[in-house]
Amino acid sequence: MPIPLAARDLHHRFGDITALDDVTLEVSAGTSVALVGQSGSGKTTLLRAFNRMIDVQHGAVMVDGVDVTALDPTLLRRRLGYVQQRGGLLPHWTVADNVGLVLRASGVTASKRASAINDALILTGLEPAKFGARFPHELSGGQQQRVALARALAAKPEAILLDEPFGALDAITRAEVQEAFLTVRRELGVTSLFVTHDLAEAARMADEIVVMRNGRIEQRGTIHELRSSPATDYVRNLLARAVSAAQELVR
Amino acid sequence: MRSFRAKLSLLVALSVARGLLVPLVAQQLPPVVVASKPFGESFLLAEMFAQLLESRDINVIRKPGLGATEVAFSALRSNAIDVYPEYIGTGLIAILKDSVIKNPAAAFAHVSTRFEQQFGARWLPPLGFENTYAIAVRPEVASRFHLRTLSDLARESARLSAGLTSDFIGRPDGLAGLSKAYGLRFRDVKPLAPALKYQALAQGGVDVIDGYSTDGLLAKYNLVTLEDDQHFFPPYDAAALVSPRIAKERPDVVAALTLLSGRLDVAHMREWNRRIEVDQESIANVAKDALAFTLGTVAVGAPRSGESGTRINVARIARLTREHLTLVALALIAAAFIGIPLGLALERTPRLSEATLGVFAAIETIPSIALLAFMIPLFGVGTLPALVALFLYAIYPIARSTYAGVHNADHDAVQSAAALGATPAQQLRWVRLPLAAPVIMSGVRTAAVITVGAATLAAFIGAGGLGEPIVEGLALADSKLVLTGAIPAALLALAVDGVLALVERRVRPAHQRRRTQTGAAD
Repeated sequence: MPIPLAARDLHHRFGDITALDDVTLEVSAGTSVALVGQSGSGKTTLLRAFNRMIDVQHGAVMVDGVDVTALDPTLLRRRLGYVQQRGGLLPHWTVADNVGLVLRASGVTASKRASAINDALILTGLEPAKFGARFPHELSGGQQQRVALARALAAKPEAILLDEPFGALDAITRAEVQEAFLTVRRELGVTSLFVTHDLAEAARMADEIVVMRNGRIEQRGTIHELRSSPATDYVRNLLARAVSAAQELVR
Repeated sequence: MRSFRAKLSLLVALSVARGLLVPLVAQQLPPVVVASKPFGESFLLAEMFAQLLESRDINVIRKPGLGATEVAFSALRSNAIDVYPEYIGTGLIAILKDSVIKNPAAAFAHVSTRFEQQFGARWLPPLGFENTYAIAVRPEVASRFHLRTLSDLARESARLSAGLTSDFIGRPDGLAGLSKAYGLRFRDVKPLAPALKYQALAQGGVDVIDGYSTDGLLAKYNLVTLEDDQHFFPPYDAAALVSPRIAKERPDVVAALTLLSGRLDVAHMREWNRRIEVDQESIANVAKDALAFTLGTVAVGAPRSGESGTRINVARIARLTREHLTLVALALIAAAFIGIPLGLALERTPRLSEATLGVFAAIETIPSIALLAFMIPLFGVGTLPALVALFLYAIYPIARSTYAGVHNADHDAVQSAAALGATPAQQLRWVRLPLAAPVIMSGVRTAAVITVGAATLAAFIGAGGLGEPIVEGLALADSKLVLTGAIPAALLALAVDGVLALVERRVRPAHQRRRTQTGAAD
């Protein structure tokens, strides 16, 4: 079952740097939200607050209506899928073992893991018989990200957090993996929160876009809302740059 | 019927077992540890003690060639060794730090009373000969400078260079006292190994050396010994010095060793020393002859030591190699058991890590012989202090490599395992340790090679091993004997490194073991 995520009045500093400044955000169950902004805008900090990879200094982070500080971080993380930019696959584990990581960590026996691993690989477009026994370094970058996605999904998470999941891929591969992710979303309807610095990607993948800058949320809305009524100059410029980049590509 | 038979056979078994056990239990007295200092005569006398005790069915452990007077005596007073040959003058000046007593009988009476009171150690009645310092020069030097006495030497000393053992340079009845008594001031003083000084003198490298009056080499090189005309040196009568434990609990040992009191003379000692130092005969053989000559074959019987015969023999090298390997293995296992968890703990506490690793790195820079010497007041002599010292050497490379290996293990993999809900223990077991394993093993390999090398020095504190023939060979200027320790030690280092290289390959993470199975496919 998809669950809602929420953050209220978050403040967080790393030394002198303000990472989050009065951030409030709701992600309804089953929706997909993209966090967009430059590096240092606070989007990754916000993402990691949900699985307690970062405990924010001030404010409340809620997962399915429960304050995360009341939850055991390990158990919380097993409920939330996680994908990071450079896969983070265990290099010495086979693809199948990598995909079974969360189930194994929760104590699910090997025989019971097998079918979940198969399902997750198929869902992300990887043939289990062909890829299951390979090691990550024997895969292409796109295949590795598919494995990372399968690993995040195998234990049937209630929500999934993705930190620039397609950032390190070339354009063609990226489009393929994005397609795979959209398929997964359609099938599972899992709540998704993902970080990207690419507005076009956000527009394609997410129901709603949250634009962040210097630890604050500049604006939140669909791509149409951002385009028709940008709240700040920053959002307006961001849109303009994305459009000109797209036109550049067409020409 | 059946149970009766069973009972009967049990009874028979029990009585047989008792018959076997009783004599065994009667023999279960702890073995007597016979030690020596690292020079020929000390080796010989200790071997004579050992063979004499063995002929009386007393079990003996040999610890030849302990570092020097301080090492041997501190071991004796703490009952880590039981008997070694010592000289009354050494006891008087070097150990008690008393002033010279000229009369040998008075000196012995004084020394034995003071040792009894202060340490509980006991001097057995002297063996019958004196081995005093023989300050020696080449005959042509003696005639050119008209040297007959030490006073003559003092007159000419500014034109002469001396090659002295570091023991003599350091002790109060050595160079310092002698210089004061006679006003000696050599042009320069070179510290020389005991066995090398005669060669150095004969070849003209130095003009004056400190010999022992019973050295076989004095005669070989035809050297002139200078008379102690001011009677600076105390009497150096040799005697067996026994530990407090033996003095109190083993009258049989005391009685056996006392058989030698008053029975040895200078002429024969010089002859036997020459056979060891010049003719390179095995110490065990010369000791056997000396005992038979002194006490008669009937009184002594055949020595039980299976290793007598030639100096260089395979059985002994095999035993020493086993001892060496045991030392290395135990030290290494202990260091791994402490070093790996220590490295892991330090990786979790970055603020402590550099300081702690710095301390262990500092230990690494202490010269082995000094570290071993530090261990004696804490742990006595023998295997334990050697193990502790080797352990301290081995721990740094292991802890450092564990720290580095785990610290540098694939960051993305560790991060993602954590973010997906692997517990810290699971992260360690599944990700950090397996990825760090080859680095940790390379640290263990480094530690192993260091330990095999350092363990050769453990012989100086009585831990045995392949250092034993090295110490002995250095003391006797027998380079073949040195090589019988050095070559197996070098081979052992290579073998240990090779075996651990195989282990290192085995613990390599799975993906590195089958790197070329399937090419990347896009």
